[in-house]
Amino acid sequence: MFTLGPAAALGEPGELRATIGMLPRMIDQDVLTKVLGAAVTGGADFAEVFVEDKRSTSAGLDDGRIEQVTSGRDRGAGIRVVKGDTTGFAHTADLSEAGLFAAASSAAAAASQGGGGVREVALTRRAGTNVNTVERPPDEVPKAVKVEMLRRIDEAARSAGASIVQVSAGYGDSRRRILVANTDGVLAEDEQVRCLVRVSVVATGDAGMQTGFQSAGQTVGFEMFDTVDVEELARDAARMAITKLSARPAPSGAVPVVIKRGSGGVLFHEACGHGLEADLVAKGASVYRGKAGELVASPLVTLVDDGTMSTEWGAIGIDDEGHPSQYNVLIQDGVLTDYMWDYLRAHKENRAQSGNGRRQSYMHLPMVRMTNTYVLNGTEEPDDIVRATDHGVYVAKLGGGSVNTATGDFVFGMTEAYLIENGEITEPLREGNLIGNGPQVLRDIDLLGNDFAMGNPGTCGKDGQGVPVGDGQPTLRVKSMTIGGTAA
Amino acid sequence: MSDFESTLQKIADAVIGQAKPGEQLEAYVSRDSETDIRVYEGQIEHFVSAQSEGIGIRVIRDGRTGFAYAGTLDQQAIADVLAEARDNVEFGTPDEWAGLAEPDGVDVVRQELWSDVLAEYTTDRKIELTKELERLALAADARVRIDDANYSDVAAENAVATTSGIRRSGRENGCYVSVSTLADDGDETQTGFGFSVGRSPDEFDLSKAAKEAADRATRLLGATKPSSRRLTVVLDPYVTAQFLGIISSTLNGEAVIKGRSLFKDRMGESVASPLFTLVDDPTNPLAYTATELDGEGLAARRNVLVDGGVLRGFAHNSYSARRAHTVSTGNAVRGGFKGTPGVGCLALQVQPGARSQAELVADVSDGVLVQQVSGLHSGVNPISGDFSTGASGLMISNGQIGAPVREFTIASTLQRMLLDLVEVGGDIDWLPMRAAGVSLVIGDMTMSGA
Repeated sequence: MFTLGPAAALGEPGELRATIGMLPRMIDQDVLTKVLGAAVTGGADFAEVFVEDKRSTSAGLDDGRIEQVTSGRDRGAGIRVVKGDTTGFAHTADLSEAGLFAAASSAAAAASQGGGGVREVALTRRAGTNVNTVERPPDEVPKAVKVEMLRRIDEAARSAGASIVQVSAGYGDSRRRILVANTDGVLAEDEQVRCLVRVSVVATGDAGMQTGFQSAGQTVGFEMFDTVDVEELARDAARMAITKLSARPAPSGAVPVVIKRGSGGVLFHEACGHGLEADLVAKGASVYRGKAGELVASPLVTLVDDGTMSTEWGAIGIDDEGHPSQYNVLIQDGVLTDYMWDYLRAHKENRAQSGNGRRQSYMHLPMVRMTNTYVLNGTEEPDDIVRATDHGVYVAKLGGGSVNTATGDFVFGMTEAYLIENGEITEPLREGNLIGNGPQVLRDIDLLGNDFAMGNPGTCGKDGQGVPVGDGQPTLRVKSMTIGGTAA
Repeated sequence: MSDFESTLQKIADAVIGQAKPGEQLEAYVSRDSETDIRVYEGQIEHFVSAQSEGIGIRVIRDGRTGFAYAGTLDQQAIADVLAEARDNVEFGTPDEWAGLAEPDGVDVVRQELWSDVLAEYTTDRKIELTKELERLALAADARVRIDDANYSDVAAENAVATTSGIRRSGRENGCYVSVSTLADDGDETQTGFGFSVGRSPDEFDLSKAAKEAADRATRLLGATKPSSRRLTVVLDPYVTAQFLGIISSTLNGEAVIKGRSLFKDRMGESVASPLFTLVDDPTNPLAYTATELDGEGLAARRNVLVDGGVLRGFAHNSYSARRAHTVSTGNAVRGGFKGTPGVGCLALQVQPGARSQAELVADVSDGVLVQQVSGLHSGVNPISGDFSTGASGLMISNGQIGAPVREFTIASTLQRMLLDLVEVGGDIDWLPMRAAGVSLVIGDMTMSGA
């Protein structure tokens, strides 16, 4: 009933869609004003236009061949209308005035059946926090250069050892221009440029195959590769696969776990990050509900979510609701200071937005999301943390994880781990999951290093939407976690 | 499907009509419209009404492949996409096996993929049944709260045309409802979910979805962390379906030819218990993912992958089949217009046994019934076969269901798990996934807990 018909989406060729093929001017301010006015005609409380124009390039190498270079273009607008507790949303790939009006009326109809007055909207341009200077826009770098980089990765990984039998590598860049305008008068624009490289390696030995993986990604232009040594990444992935060929089964049961710097941010992302998202808190679906001001972690822990952390994977100038990115302290010396907020939750609870309203694309509704989430430095020397551990597991690289925010139970995979015996790192372990309960693990952090580092670029999934996020932490110890291995 | 001649086919045809000599072209065009309704405390929290469309064009010349896509069907944009794809060809490595699928004469098994009932279903009724689901779940148990209740439907059309002679279009629609629950007991909270799917809302069973959502949340209240040990594991049908998804990646023809499958050299050998027969059959209308065509436009078909424990086949698309000197098994999969076809199973099913889950449990002296797993994406390595996953469920002692347990892992290797299979249940469940569920009894796994 509220679908956009084919005519609205297809239109007549060439009609008012002059932006294709040139750098888009996005949309005129007076058109935005009129569309917002139309969106709230039904008596809505709030309307928002989110426009996105994203160009991306990716290249994949596998089995020694450049399999394919892909170019992508995604461009459109999502219109959100809020009336009372109801949000209506529609999106369109047609950025003409007619296309935007059709989406606005769909969204308005979705939010409301009733009638109401017309609202005047005055837009004020607002600046973002980061003005990332992109030195070399990736779309201006020849594709041949990107492809050549993948060949170097392949060669570096294969020359790391005779046991390396397969390599796949990928390169991707994107240039995402967004514009947000809403009936509160916000008008903000941002350009988010990202580059990413990843490599996966398979090694084979007497006991079967093992894998290694490395990646690097930044919110910058192609100048990223002036400082990131992709061949070193490839050698590191190969080393990981070769090391695991002689790995023994991971233990089972509860043991002390030391997590290397820059490899365990996902622990905090899962153990408490999601639980501090105000939308989940509001529905009572977080173990951290009602805990502001309380001690929720070891006093060693100060946890920050920081969208302003320039060049990191989760860096943004504005969030996808037009709010400037911020540095938000979530936990200070173990005490929960605040949750993360988006427009809807902040307005419902009379709080300030925190720059955490994000969405995957113009086809998605924004919600509360993390940006770069990390733990600040402690005081211990990392070597001392290992030495202080008589028997345990040293995790050098974590894979993904997931959490049930209502119970706090989470899991995450260890893709490179070693035994600690008598205060020394010894044998490599096969892969497995670590499992724990967020609030318990936060309290059980008993040693925190002074060697902070950010980790690999990540994609955080929530309610079916993926957004780029970063995480980081110094080397630390959790005094007891359950390792899901098979050895006794 | 072939009765439905879409305007999208004309767009695809027009693109491949522009092929230059020596150039192979494939155009894939799609258009979706979807409705998402979320209800919370009797109010509509959000209502999303959206349409998206786009085109992906693949160009192959001299063994090199290039691809480009755009999320619009604007004529100028389509011309840009074709030009970009042609430009991208220059950077591919020549590959003697590169090529498009060719018509193979296999007949399409017709499926009912379109429902006029759904297409004409009114918005008010969709909203009402979402509210009804929330009410039913809330009423199912006094300890239950609702996180949200959702209704979703999607109607999708697509068309593919290739210079190798494939020309197919079709349309499909479907819908589901789901409800997420929370159950409280003192300080403790547990979560659950329930869902119902259908070609139209008339096929929904709201009461069953509500009851499952309430049961899942309440059955874990009071759950404790069990002690570590080796024991028998009974997998609930929903958990089995998730494991089958991982097992299928080891039977993927592309992984096989690239040396990434742990079964790559095992064709014709015994790789599982004789009780294990695994079939990929998208022609079975009972399967949620039943379909007529694969991602390259070839007829979807029934393939036996493991027969009585013996490895009998791998899934192939046209590329992996050419490299493996065989023919496509109709297993090309594509995630919409933004990508080129990969390889994947379409509708997996383990041949069911005869007994109910209760009968299986009655034979277990020391075990655990695993009802939910987490971390399958992080703790399973389908290349090495190592896996450990977070789990929750119910202990089994001397054939009796016992106390609920959570925050533990179960671990083994995929290879061992298939060999350690003791029995397949008769309780096949056609879940909204690429694999049907059925209870499995695994004789020996490691439980890691306190």
